[in-house]
Amino acid sequence: MQEQQPETRITSSDSKQKDTASETQKKPDKQLAFPHLVFKEFIALMLVTLVLIIISMAANAPLEEEASPTKTPNPAKAPWYFVGLQEMLVYFDPWIAGVMIPVLIIVGLMAIPFVDKNPKGVGIYCFRERKFSFIIFTIGIVAWFGLIIFGCYFRGPSWLLYMPWESWDIHKPVISKGTYILPSFIGVPATIGYYVLGMWLPILLARNFYKTLGSTSYFITMFFVLSMFGFIGKIPLRFIFDIKYIIHTPWFSI
Amino acid sequence: MIKRLKRFAEWLVRTQIWSSIFRQGWPDTERNRILTTINTLVFHLHPIKVKSHGIKVKYTFCLGGISFFLFIVETITGVLLMFYYRPTVEYAYQDMKDLEFAVTFGLFLRNMHRWAAHGMVLTVIIHMCRVFYTGSYKPPREYNWCVGVSLLVLTLLLSFTGYLLPWDQLAYWAVTVGTNMAKATPVLGAEGPFHVLSEMTDICFYLRGSVDISENTLLRFYVLHCIALPLAAVGLMGIHFWRVRKDGGISGPL
Repeated sequence: MQEQQPETRITSSDSKQKDTASETQKKPDKQLAFPHLVFKEFIALMLVTLVLIIISMAANAPLEEEASPTKTPNPAKAPWYFVGLQEMLVYFDPWIAGVMIPVLIIVGLMAIPFVDKNPKGVGIYCFRERKFSFIIFTIGIVAWFGLIIFGCYFRGPSWLLYMPWESWDIHKPVISKGTYILPSFIGVPATIGYYVLGMWLPILLARNFYKTLGSTSYFITMFFVLSMFGFIGKIPLRFIFDIKYIIHTPWFSI
Repeated sequence: MIKRLKRFAEWLVRTQIWSSIFRQGWPDTERNRILTTINTLVFHLHPIKVKSHGIKVKYTFCLGGISFFLFIVETITGVLLMFYYRPTVEYAYQDMKDLEFAVTFGLFLRNMHRWAAHGMVLTVIIHMCRVFYTGSYKPPREYNWCVGVSLLVLTLLLSFTGYLLPWDQLAYWAVTVGTNMAKATPVLGAEGPFHVLSEMTDICFYLRGSVDISENTLLRFYVLHCIALPLAAVGLMGIHFWRVRKDGGISGPL
């Protein structure tokens, strides 16, 4: 795509063009947006349009019978991008699954650039220079889509486990929504211990990591990371040990 | 023949009508290409010169541009759909059926609107992943990352509010499940921890405009979907694109 054009002086120049001219001298590795970038954008646009037209002819948007407040479908699934949260409802009370988790995700995402003090790896797909942030973010994305796929394809009537190839007509016994409630003298120290140890151990074992981040960024980062693993970690607790709540109070339960 | 065409083209660009629209000649010299970028409203969103690595498809995968394009597709098909749709319990579902069976290309229009919406949610999420994995949120681009997260939230809200409008069983119960979460908000929801508000005054009531999903909800979601949220999205997109350039253009290796 490299094209050599004779440099032409522009008479009607403004300051921006001067900037570009001086930048070009420093970094010659630049190309004109028109036509090089615009051309690719145009191709992408045409391809997307083509794909959209084909899909729109091949598949019809779903339309079921008219809404009726008296007829509850079983299961009533949320749109796919919220099914991950709906799946979390199995493991948490609605105030966590439906309110706290989305709020923490949004705030956590916005916090990323302010707590990530590692200046490396800008402008390239590079794992080696920023392993920690890479791994944490990937776990988050995989968990998010994993929950969506599980909720969409493996959940049937009453939100019970149905394989994608299984008929929903098969009757299944209602599985327990967790039977064990940890007593407070175990649950509260366990939760506090999880956060305290989770924040304290890296300070001891990975001193450098703590030092480069600084205490504020470190504790914010660890809060979000530990919360994420905590939310994901309750899933096996439910499946293997049948634990309903880790902390149970008359006002709220976790 | 080709000579004649060429002569015709040369004559055409010199006519007063042509040169009143396109102020520069054929973009076959560097000068005219630069002027094309500057003089065209859509193209002038681009810088005059772009870093070569930023133009590579395998760097950006055109995800941001595709998201923006899908938003435009949504706007165009959405406006056309608005001609045939009335947001009342009496007519909403009837109008969907009319779109399916009576309106010319109505089904195609609705399919396109629906699939482009799903596509937009996907491309926005993948765009966020691309920006993360290339470290493009790092200083000086922290603020633009936050604007991007807000745009992701707006995309989800746009998609979710649109989900109710067909007023079929799928829409009604998916939105019931979704908005039920608001009831569980701590303090502000009627069923959340430390709730202080009744079912008639809590945050879910204000979201729905009634205790259950009703005509009020339909109108609310319609207005949000067609006016409030798109306007907010357009505003944030303006900031988003503006800041991409103000923060030094597309991210690149230092």
